[in-house]
Amino acid sequence: MKFISAIIKPFKLDEVREALSEIGVQGITVTEVKGFGRQKGHTELYRGAEYVVDFLPKVKVEIAIDDKILDQVVEAIEKSAATGKIGDGKIFVFNLEQVTRIRTGETGSEAL
Amino acid sequence: MKKILSTLALATMLGFGLTGNVLAEEAPVVDAAPTEMVATPAEAAPVETVAPEALPAEAAAPEVAPTVDKGDTTWMMISTILVVLMVPGLALFYGGLVRSKNMLSVLMQVFVVFSLVSVLWAVYGYSLAFGSGSGPIIGDFGKLFLAGVTSDSLSDTFTAGVKIPEFVFIAFQCIFAGLTATLIVGSFAERIKFSAVLLFSAIWFTLSYIPIAHMVWGAGGYLLGQGALDFAGGTVVHINAAVAGLVGAYMVGKRIGYGKEALTPHNLTLTMLGAALLWVGWFGFNAGSNLEATGGAGLALVNTLFATAAAVLAWSIGEAFTKGKASMLGAASGAVAGLVAITPACGSVGPMGGIIIGFAGGFLCLWGVTGLKKILGADDSLDVFGVHGVGGIVGALLTGVFTAPSLGGTGKADFSIASQVLIQGEGVIITIIWSGIAAFIAYKIADLIVGLRVSEEAEREGLDTTSHGERAYNI
Repeated sequence: MKFISAIIKPFKLDEVREALSEIGVQGITVTEVKGFGRQKGHTELYRGAEYVVDFLPKVKVEIAIDDKILDQVVEAIEKSAATGKIGDGKIFVFNLEQVTRIRTGETGSEAL
Repeated sequence: MKKILSTLALATMLGFGLTGNVLAEEAPVVDAAPTEMVATPAEAAPVETVAPEALPAEAAAPEVAPTVDKGDTTWMMISTILVVLMVPGLALFYGGLVRSKNMLSVLMQVFVVFSLVSVLWAVYGYSLAFGSGSGPIIGDFGKLFLAGVTSDSLSDTFTAGVKIPEFVFIAFQCIFAGLTATLIVGSFAERIKFSAVLLFSAIWFTLSYIPIAHMVWGAGGYLLGQGALDFAGGTVVHINAAVAGLVGAYMVGKRIGYGKEALTPHNLTLTMLGAALLWVGWFGFNAGSNLEATGGAGLALVNTLFATAAAVLAWSIGEAFTKGKASMLGAASGAVAGLVAITPACGSVGPMGGIIIGFAGGFLCLWGVTGLKKILGADDSLDVFGVHGVGGIVGALLTGVFTAPSLGGTGKADFSIASQVLIQGEGVIITIIWSGIAAFIAYKIADLIVGLRVSEEAEREGLDTTSHGERAYNI
């Protein structure tokens, strides 16, 4: 099993969700996050005060999947989240050791 | 401390010595007469008016000669209520500009200072500012606790023989006093003790608002006698409050992290809403200052509309050119700057003069919160001086220019721009010096009695929880 944590542009979230649904992903978890990468921050100006904002708002999408569909999922995110401009985000893939569905107590890939 | 007390005593004696005193039970008809600075000669005519539901009959029933117009009375009560709308307006305008941890402290300071001054106004403020005395600097104690004022009492308007109920005038002027004191809150926001705010406000209101209001508007007032034009309070309200704010910013000191950390506004949506409410309320402030529902009020109304719109454009254009982007905060600030600048002028300049004053106010206040702010070096948190001080001065001086009949104003044929601008300048300088000294004394006393500033820990945690035991947003 694999655990995917993808950082994407906030306005791309709906496209990513659709793309994942199409290939049969059953559930995702979404968090609003801030961070920085190669995309520079921006300057905010409040009357005379100028502040450099380093941390930009992004969305973090977390998905637990079976190994078999890993490539499909990564490709789906990559395509749906891309704008071609700097700041599109990253996809991190981890090995996932254990999953338990709380309601039924099922474990492993059945619980995905 | 002794020195301060003796200064205080001297100031009070100076004020009261010049007037008659003592609680006098007197005739109900009064001459709280604001001024005759704007003569509205023609409009006295339409006296017969208005549907019966306009107000209860007894409130408007004069005994003999003076006319009380139900339309005027209604307009003044509506104006009074409109001006009260500026309280939440200002609170939100300021509140949106602070960090979320200090939101309630700002709302609270505005709300409670307004209430405090209102009570003081009824107890002695009105009497000292507009009471029966006619000293050059201060009224007298003749109407302490509003003694002798009944629903039959009348106040003068700008038209001879036309009066409004004195209670309405008292309430209208009360809101001005309360609002002026709340404007100062923006200067020392995010770091001052709540008790210090209240103590300061009470003292400053007594030492500065009352005498300046009397000098400019009260019967026998010095600046009124000089011919200074201040229709709705450019000096009395805005310069007065702005100077007190600036002195406060110096005396309370800078916020922790000022100039190093980002002290960003937490909700500019509220700030915009606040500015919009201020604009609406200001119609009561400016057009209500005409004291009658006449063409003069209409003039103040259009000026309050056009000058403010011009200032919004000016600030936005100025920002777009100097910073590359026009901001919402800039547009909202521009509106307030325009409102401030047109305040003294709204009853005596023409609409085109008003638009020019609005543009000037917008551009110069933008400089006030950027260039001038750097020069002054004080942490005037919400730019009370940059907006109200600069806007007030611009407005006061330009009133002396655009009141000229040749420039579309309502001045008389022999109106002299040069001499009027000098008189306006005198009013500005007297207000700056007077308010500066009074504010210094008031902060010093507050500092000695309760201390001005919260602890560093409380400031870092935010005044909402540490001063008021609650949070604005529980999410």
